[in-house]
Amino acid sequence: MELSRGARVALRLAMALGLAVIYVPLALVLVNSFNASRSFAWPPSGLSTRWWTAAWQETGLREALYTSLKAGLGATAIAVVLGTMAAFAVTRYRFFGRQAVSFLLILPLALPGIVTGIALNAAFRTVLTPLGIGFGLFTVVVGHATFCIVVVFNNVAARLRRLAPTAEEASADLGAHTFQTFWYVTLPAVRSALFAGALLAFALSFDEIVVTTFTAGPGTQTLPLWIFDNLARPDQGPIVDVVAALLIVLSIVPVYLAQRLSGEVLR
Amino acid sequence: MTDSPPPSTGASAAGPPVPSAVALSGVTKAFGAVRAVDGIDLEIRAGEFFSMLGPSGSGKTTVLRMIAGFEEPTGGRVLLGGTDVTRLAPFDRDVNTVFQDYALFPHLSVRQNVEYGLKVKRVPRAERTRRAAEALAAVRLEDFAARRPAELSGGQRQRVALARALVNRPSVLLLDEPLGALDLKLRLEMQIELKQIQREAGITFVFVTHDQDEALTMSDRIAVFNAGRIEQVGTPAEVYEHPATEFVAGFVGTSNLLQGDAAAQVFGEPGLYSVRPEKIRITHPDDPAGPDECSAPGTIVEVVYAGALTRFVVDLEAGGRLVALRQNVEESSTDVARHRGSTVLLAWQRRHTVRLSARPGNTTPNDNPQ
Repeated sequence: MELSRGARVALRLAMALGLAVIYVPLALVLVNSFNASRSFAWPPSGLSTRWWTAAWQETGLREALYTSLKAGLGATAIAVVLGTMAAFAVTRYRFFGRQAVSFLLILPLALPGIVTGIALNAAFRTVLTPLGIGFGLFTVVVGHATFCIVVVFNNVAARLRRLAPTAEEASADLGAHTFQTFWYVTLPAVRSALFAGALLAFALSFDEIVVTTFTAGPGTQTLPLWIFDNLARPDQGPIVDVVAALLIVLSIVPVYLAQRLSGEVLR
Repeated sequence: MTDSPPPSTGASAAGPPVPSAVALSGVTKAFGAVRAVDGIDLEIRAGEFFSMLGPSGSGKTTVLRMIAGFEEPTGGRVLLGGTDVTRLAPFDRDVNTVFQDYALFPHLSVRQNVEYGLKVKRVPRAERTRRAAEALAAVRLEDFAARRPAELSGGQRQRVALARALVNRPSVLLLDEPLGALDLKLRLEMQIELKQIQREAGITFVFVTHDQDEALTMSDRIAVFNAGRIEQVGTPAEVYEHPATEFVAGFVGTSNLLQGDAAAQVFGEPGLYSVRPEKIRITHPDDPAGPDECSAPGTIVEVVYAGALTRFVVDLEAGGRLVALRQNVEESSTDVARHRGSTVLLAWQRRHTVRLSARPGNTTPNDNPQ
């Protein structure tokens, strides 16, 4: 499509503005984490790593980080197993309600977190509490899994749809037994999609706050919850900046990898 | 075993009976209420290039998939080399398939694709490497062994699929419209190449196609499929020159049918008749037809110039319409056009008239209320 010179300039400006709105605040957080002054003074009075040291010595923060890692890994593990199985079911078999299942699996990603959170909270209270299972890490993991399944399911299902079903037939035709076909043909074909889905699932879980608020017990604090709690405390401001900066860097890695993997041409 | 009469496969060779490479007896496949394949009997001889020709939905691919083992027949038996394989899984059958979309493994190199069948059957590595190299040489792809399928052209992928199947030395190679995705020029090249490979390897080829030219050029014998049944089995010449049914006459070659009053006037007896367009001679209305010839006067209503040939559409005085072909030995397009509107006499050898049997029950059950 040919665009006029004016239109091209305008579109480039709009693009630059859009990206600026997203990334300038993030850059400020990064810079502020090295700001020597305590009060977000701008421009920074000097550069210092004192807040990074302070953050490292903060035990509450470290525990929150571990909790978040555990929750993320747990939710991702559930999502990988269930999401992959669901993707196979929906793409490989014809059954009554196939479309409905597909839709119901994807819906949680679009539902407002607060709705999922309230609903899960009520459900856990009614079902789990009488069984002696209180709110804690387990409920957080289950809560996160509800939307983590979606990304794994979506990634794997998309890949399976692109994989010609004849590839598996060809494998059987060439003499491969069912397990050989799965191991040599099906798994390699979905492996990168599966990994990308898992990375995204972990990233989703790691920064989740709304559902977490409703499913974590009083003793369970994930990293986002810790940040939210400490943001209001004036003396913790710089440390929150450090954590935010750390999270930015940590998030870039899985998202970049996931994009590389899912964008990878199937070959 | 049912004692149905053996399928007519022409004159049988003298000597000890060799089991057919593929034999189908009463094979039926129903998908729900739809009978995709409806009671087929067929024998394919060892070493034969056998084509299954028919329009899409005629059941030819389903038959191929039942020979390969991807579909289980609802009824009847499938035999390979005399052994009943009806209930065997694909990996337990001594056949290999070249798929319409090639179905190459995208994550494996060309060499790994070709070695796959040997690898899963635990053939030692040295032999695997040697046989894969041979197979790749046979399809002239030695230099592409390290590439991925995505880095190949359509014709090259096609040859990889062929090598991947042939390396296993199957007794029967099944090919499901393998040339369908190629452009015309490449298709013609591959037709010759396939035929060569088949002759050299001495393997039975079962070739599914909807392209009548392809079937006529390549096959030793052809089975013409329609609506889940076989209308005729024969050599290309038999099928083309002596179509058994109206469907075969229409599907293989240009349909030139006469029936009803027109047929009664031209042939002296009502019925359904077919004459191939290239058999018809166009002469001046005053020229008498030969003693062994049928003739019919008419008017040229359309002249279609097609380079090598010109197609004349003639409305007969007796009613009905025939198409006659003439090679453009001398004339050019400007010359042929002036024939439009001329009164002519069409004449052809009596033996080139084929009387078609209207086989009840073999007509297409396509009563879709629309």
